[in-house]
Amino acid sequence: MKIHLTSVFVDDQAKAERFYTEILGFVKKYDVPLGEKDRWLTVVSPDEPEGTELLLEPAGHPAVKTYRDALVMDGIPLAQFAVDDVRAEYDRLHGLGVHFTQEPLEMGPVTTAVFDDTCGNLIQIATQPQ
Amino acid sequence: MVAEDLFKALADPTRRIILDELTEKSGQTLFEICGRLSMKHQLTISRQGVSQHLAVLDAAGLVESRREGRYKYHDLNTAPLRQIAERWPAPEPPGPEESTP
Repeated sequence: MKIHLTSVFVDDQAKAERFYTEILGFVKKYDVPLGEKDRWLTVVSPDEPEGTELLLEPAGHPAVKTYRDALVMDGIPLAQFAVDDVRAEYDRLHGLGVHFTQEPLEMGPVTTAVFDDTCGNLIQIATQPQ
Repeated sequence: MVAEDLFKALADPTRRIILDELTEKSGQTLFEICGRLSMKHQLTISRQGVSQHLAVLDAAGLVESRREGRYKYHDLNTAPLRQIAERWPAPEPPGPEESTP
């Protein structure tokens, strides 16, 4: 068994597409209309075009808001992405106006930081332990 | 009366570590505090448990919670510790004439 797709709920798919591609640097993989306004919208890392897809899923279900608000309030991220250098990525994203709820923090072998994806979620970036 | 809450808050080693970490950087989310406790101090404690410790520190006035948009941050407030120094004053440090040979 392999994890080939995971998802985050996003407030606005068009806005999410811009943030995840233009700001974070992922590339769009699938964009298929679903119903009147929703899309099956996935992105992948340019380093791994055949790698795990991230589905940017419409946050239409009424339970989503309660769930996400509670997690965001406590600073809990809903997904984690690997980067080579957390501090360099922090500087790059911070320069683009991305808001961090946790600045880069070295904790033993791992460095992490947490930012707001502007679509309702917190995302953690982390270095892979060597 | 206030002092009781203060001494109770300081009596627990995990709560003292939380204060140490907030001294290093004030204004942390619950997630960051939990991460520091588990990764830096190898403390296996649930988020619920950390929340309860924060509530005790909050009651003692040592930690203050602040909402900023959708996020909640926890700040350090060491002002209540002044009660201890006032109740049991430390001796004056030696003057300069004593330290010069």
